[in-house]
Amino acid sequence: MELIFEKSVAGRRGFDFGASDVPVHAHIPPGYARTQDAPLPEVSELDVVRHYTLLSQQNFSVDTHFYPLGSCTMKYNPKFTEALARLSGFTDLHPLLAQLSGGEQWTQGALQILYELEQWMCEMTGFKHFTMQPLAGAHGELTGIMLMAAYHKSQGNTKKKYVIIPDSAHGTNPASAALAGYETITIPSDKNGGMDLQALKAAVNEQTAGLMMTVPSTYGVFEPNISEISKIIHAVDGIMYYDGANLNALLGRARPGDVGFDLMHVNMHKTFSTPHGGGGPGAGPVGVNEKLSRFLPISRVVKRPDGVYALDYDYPESIGYTASFYGHFAILVRAYAYVLMLGKEGLIDTANHAVLNANYIMKKLGPYYKICFDRICMHESVFSASRQAERGVHAIDIAKFLIDQKIHPPTVYFPISVPEAIMIEPTETESKQTMDRFIEKMIEADKLSQSNPAAFKEFPLTMPSNRPDEVKAARDVKTSFFLPDS
Amino acid sequence: MNPYITNTPQEVGQMLESIGVENIDALFADIKPKHSPQSFDLPAGLSEYEVVRRVTQLALKNNVHVVPFIGGGYYDHYIPTVVGALASRGEFYTAYTPYQPECAQGTLQALFEYQSAMCALTGMAVSNASLYDGGTALYEAMMMAIRMTGRHKVIMDGGVSPIYRKILKTYTHHLSYQFAETPVVHGQSSREEIDRLLDRDTAVIILQNPNFFGSIDDFTDIIKKAHSVGALAIVSVYPISLGLLKTPAQMGADIVTGEGQSLGLPLNFGGPYLGFMCTHKKYVRKMPGRIVGQTLDAKGERCFVNTLQAREQHIRRDKATSNICTNVSLCALQAAIFMAVVGKNGLKEMAQLNLDKAEFAKQLLSKIKGVEVKRSAPTFNEFTVHLPVDASHVVAAMMSRGFAAGFPLGRYYPGMERYLLVAVTEKRTKEEIERYAKALQEVLN
Repeated sequence: MELIFEKSVAGRRGFDFGASDVPVHAHIPPGYARTQDAPLPEVSELDVVRHYTLLSQQNFSVDTHFYPLGSCTMKYNPKFTEALARLSGFTDLHPLLAQLSGGEQWTQGALQILYELEQWMCEMTGFKHFTMQPLAGAHGELTGIMLMAAYHKSQGNTKKKYVIIPDSAHGTNPASAALAGYETITIPSDKNGGMDLQALKAAVNEQTAGLMMTVPSTYGVFEPNISEISKIIHAVDGIMYYDGANLNALLGRARPGDVGFDLMHVNMHKTFSTPHGGGGPGAGPVGVNEKLSRFLPISRVVKRPDGVYALDYDYPESIGYTASFYGHFAILVRAYAYVLMLGKEGLIDTANHAVLNANYIMKKLGPYYKICFDRICMHESVFSASRQAERGVHAIDIAKFLIDQKIHPPTVYFPISVPEAIMIEPTETESKQTMDRFIEKMIEADKLSQSNPAAFKEFPLTMPSNRPDEVKAARDVKTSFFLPDS
Repeated sequence: MNPYITNTPQEVGQMLESIGVENIDALFADIKPKHSPQSFDLPAGLSEYEVVRRVTQLALKNNVHVVPFIGGGYYDHYIPTVVGALASRGEFYTAYTPYQPECAQGTLQALFEYQSAMCALTGMAVSNASLYDGGTALYEAMMMAIRMTGRHKVIMDGGVSPIYRKILKTYTHHLSYQFAETPVVHGQSSREEIDRLLDRDTAVIILQNPNFFGSIDDFTDIIKKAHSVGALAIVSVYPISLGLLKTPAQMGADIVTGEGQSLGLPLNFGGPYLGFMCTHKKYVRKMPGRIVGQTLDAKGERCFVNTLQAREQHIRRDKATSNICTNVSLCALQAAIFMAVVGKNGLKEMAQLNLDKAEFAKQLLSKIKGVEVKRSAPTFNEFTVHLPVDASHVVAAMMSRGFAAGFPLGRYYPGMERYLLVAVTEKRTKEEIERYAKALQEVLN
């Protein structure tokens, strides 16, 4: 499809701001002024509408396709939360209004939402306080590791040097730890997908700043030795960090704060069904227990004795400001409405049905694809296409086959410790019929890998593009319309 | 109940039977009783209507009916209806990061167009596909400059937003970087002080145009000097102003960042916004964040992919250029649509309206006794006024007259309690500006 820039016609207009109603025509002094107009497109509003409508139709999305992308929790995003986030009482609210003296009185509704959501998140996770400031999961991780560093600093402990991370971790874990100044040590998993306790004990010493763990892990396994692990880490005054990427499997079944964790972040788009936006905006609130509360970012939202919600900056040991304002507020509004509607029982149901659906798919595909950890899984299951790979059909080929079946592929090649990984997360919002069709197509792919493996190299056949040359993209950098083709 | 769970009790029974367990609880057998929640005391669920009523009431508790003259880097611009109409298509907002390019060409091409438009605006050669917000984008740019130069000294111009500076301080206070802040003199950057501080240890100088006080500047001379000692220059910019202002590329900037909220995003009480970053082509592999690139597919057709992923956390883990994963793709899409529909001429006209209305406001305010409009440097759509009394008191009094009068600079600058930062966008009418001036006069009398 043509680029919007290629549809440009000199002099064409898409929007009219109207004539000026003030009797002034000012000029930017020469030297400060732009000498050439920004070469933005010149297109009509209809051009823009057709262009982006047609582009949208080239996407697979939850609204249009089954999207079992493991570790990403592509569940249905309710429409009413979208509508609520678009109320002008939220969209037109300037963030600095709350910082004017007496400004809380003009922003009570917004502050109440932040405050109540914090209370609920504490109750759901077993933590003492939350900050809503982090703007995405990875941003929450960085915030969390800085809280860890602030704690060790407050203890006068200068020996802390390493953060321990299991091999099943998301790449953001080591990247976040490194940004905050820590080195990382990777611990292997045992044959059941749990943490190798011997390897952990061997790695832990007084230089251990903390442990980052995703529970259930990215293998879809709840760590059975969590209490023992937390004892090992706490014995050296390390901090137990819970990566909340998979909190959706645990709602009402276990709380990180109860099982030994000191600190966590929550990926709101996964558990609380805020839309993924094609890659954000997300939100990554961070929760802590009493030990770490005083280091949380400012400002914090408090409820004063007179019942008024207000911003509070008076935390001398706070790590400071981690984002410009109070978090991705419009995303948090959606999460707030979602929690309000579902309530206690509804939230527990999300975990129940996410786990049920994941186990159903695992059971049905078990005879055809190698299961990495043959046990009950949590909200997602990990297979290896190793048998198919022996026939020359790799995980990526199966993914491309599924695209032709109008199914978004599962996550492939992650976790990186599993060769030919295929990670499937159906989520609680999908029906048995949808999953049965997916299972049927996966079985068909396995059969085809036996009868005609060569066919896979052609897939997908039904899409506007087919197997983009990623090597060329990285070698001949063309990341803007204005760069020459090479 | 949970209306978004699809399966009927009968289907649940069939699935349990297939799995070979009695009930759903059996699936949680790995979670031992000792790990059960000590409490899970949440409110009971509500109907959609009950939630709509409650959240709507909360929205009404926010005062969005005052006429805003408040900016500080976040502005009340008009958003053409078409922006929201297209960006709220489910095909865009319920998709995820384009891991499978064949079924994400819509998102990928839109992000490529966003990157192209940001290059058009800033004059730079490459852009990433977005970061979080203006403040965190500046942090990422600073880290990029430190990595590239291997130096640890950062010169921060006093005109850079104090909101951004606080964020940079948070992320670096535990690291051994040396920060030097230079003052603002007559509204602009102090050449003398910058000259004194620039040396061969300097990794980067960070500048902002227009600066926090609203003044515009031409940093060409400063950037030339920075380059002469091997330092890099970051310029943080306000996108709408680039309809009229000299581009950071023309000034010689190495990395350009900024807050993209003005490009079609609502104020949203602080977010989500749009952090952007642009740089020279030769630095593209040093840049953090996702980048979309053009390539050819197996049939030789043009298509788009996430590219240069070897920089990123999911490949490089602790050696990545950043830990960023999810960014703000949907906001970048909104900005792309905004820039397309406003277009080449529209952006210039929008910027001119901002300039003219702010100049009109300056003229009216300077006629008020006791009000001094600072005029030592040219401005775009925001400017600083000196009041005869504490600006925060004036702002409070103006609120009851229906105006968000501006941002009192004393909040961030001790000693500037009588200074008020006033923003005037294209949305403010002549009548609103006149009423604002009249109300200010009454408040001061």
